[in-house]
Amino acid sequence: MTLASDRILRLLLPAIFLALSVIAWDLVVRVFDLPPYLLPGPGLVARTLVEDWGVLSAALVVTLVTTLQAFLLAAIGGVLLAILFNQSRLLEYSLYPHAVILQVTPIVAIAPLLLIYLPQQAAVLACAWIVAFFPVLANTTLGLNSVDHNLADLFRLYRATRMQVLLRLKLPAALPHILAGLRIAGGLALIGAVVAELSAGSAGAGSGLAYRIAESGYRLHIPRMFAALLLLSLTGIVIYFVLALVTHLTLRRWHESAARREA
Amino acid sequence: MAYTDPMSGPAVSDTQPIVSLRNVGKTFDSGTVALAGLDLDVRSGEFVALLGPSGCGKSTALRLIAGLSEPSSGVVETASVRDDIGFVFQEPTLMPWATVAGNISLPLELRGVPARDAATRVAAAIERVGLRSFADAHPRQLSGGMRMRASIARALVTEPKLLLMDEPFAALDEITRFKLNDDLLALWQSLRTTIVFVTHSVFESVYLAQRIVVMTPRPGLVARELTIDASHPRDARFRTSPDYAALCRATSEALHAAIGEGGA
Ligand SMILES: Nc1ncnc2c1ncn2[C@@H]1O[C@H](COP(=O)(O)OP(=O)(O)OP(=O)(O)O)[C@@H](O)[C@H]1O
Ligand SMILES: [Mg+2]
Repeated sequence: MTLASDRILRLLLPAIFLALSVIAWDLVVRVFDLPPYLLPGPGLVARTLVEDWGVLSAALVVTLVTTLQAFLLAAIGGVLLAILFNQSRLLEYSLYPHAVILQVTPIVAIAPLLLIYLPQQAAVLACAWIVAFFPVLANTTLGLNSVDHNLADLFRLYRATRMQVLLRLKLPAALPHILAGLRIAGGLALIGAVVAELSAGSAGAGSGLAYRIAESGYRLHIPRMFAALLLLSLTGIVIYFVLALVTHLTLRRWHESAARREA
Repeated sequence: MAYTDPMSGPAVSDTQPIVSLRNVGKTFDSGTVALAGLDLDVRSGEFVALLGPSGCGKSTALRLIAGLSEPSSGVVETASVRDDIGFVFQEPTLMPWATVAGNISLPLELRGVPARDAATRVAAAIERVGLRSFADAHPRQLSGGMRMRASIARALVTEPKLLLMDEPFAALDEITRFKLNDDLLALWQSLRTTIVFVTHSVFESVYLAQRIVVMTPRPGLVARELTIDASHPRDARFRTSPDYAALCRATSEALHAAIGEGGA
């Protein structure tokens, strides 16, 4: 199979599957004559998306901003912490286990506590950050430690300073791992934001997409639930592809994962 | 050709050795005794080959000379060249994220050589190993032999007083290896640098070196030293000469005798 036709298949097949699913969904709703409060058809969901665009787009912006802030903080925090741990073993031994504890404690359980102690927006952000930063930390740590021994010896031979080793050897060597961590963090930042919004929503405030879903649920406004869910899902997809693209553009010149090998 | 007692040292030159290993031992934490009682002198401008079977401690000895590892006992004396050593590893060991030029300029950048000065020296080094049209390529776009040449150019870019090479051509095909052998000899002649060349090939050691140090396995120590007094420059004619064949046979016998003496 040629590369071009392989590529087309990889785009075409999921699209066809999606189209078939939507048609099946529509058919089920029509054939069984399901009322919208049980299962709205795809047409109604699309109409709701357009009619409620004012509310939904405002909610989308709120969720997007939270996700983006959490992602950036997770990226910066995760990479910086990993660098600190890499430079000081004592610091790593003292703090790394606590990062793991933070990670393995379910965020849904932490969120209500954070909402008590922090202002609404800060709590939501903190939740999303806690979920998203760990993969960045773990992957960057792995990357900084997986430097080729001979290359490290070479730097030693030429009496490189700690800073030179970090900037010219460890960070470039860790870059593929860092980017892998960021790809995971992108998705998790959105999940963290949604979980936090849902917890905050029940506390009586919030206006993001997840809050709109919960609110529509209480009011049995099922089509709007679906519309908001659709937007969340699209947001996740966009984040995934943007980060995959960034990874590809950064690594395509030299890393096996991104560079296409001509046979 | 002459056999010399390892303790009395070779009669190549009477200048002070720039590398001197005295009764050097290296025992790893695992308990492996890689070297025990190794004595070795290398004089300025010499081309010395370290020849020995796999696992006899050749790489260990080279790393000790480079200061990349500390001896468990004995003395490694390299003070006069300490900061002026080039090292070619068994694998090319290039930074995959940097271009050929970027890799070769690394030693200069680490030493803070001004960019313009560095650029001319990098260009010269690239020229020397015949990689001019690949200066901006990444290592993954190069063949194995080209990567090795880039690695050699990187070691040469500082024009080091001492060049340490750890089986640099072991993974290459014969034609490429012969070509790189000749290139290396030409470089050695023009730069007058001192070379310690690790190999397990009898033929390669005889072709390249002025002096061959034959090592025994476990624990590694010097069993024989052979002086190869064929004049440089050497070329393909030398490779097919009866002299060369005789030297190879003698070296091979020395190597087998050394393996027989070893503890393994
Ligand atoms: N870092 C290390 N830790 C433990 N043992 C080691 C280490 N490096 C080398 N050794 C041991 O020391 C001995 C000598 O190893 P060395 O790499 O110097 O051999 P060599 O002569 O270079 O072999 P080869 O020709 O296969 O490269 C071997 O038995 C090896 O197992
Ligand atoms: Mg070796």
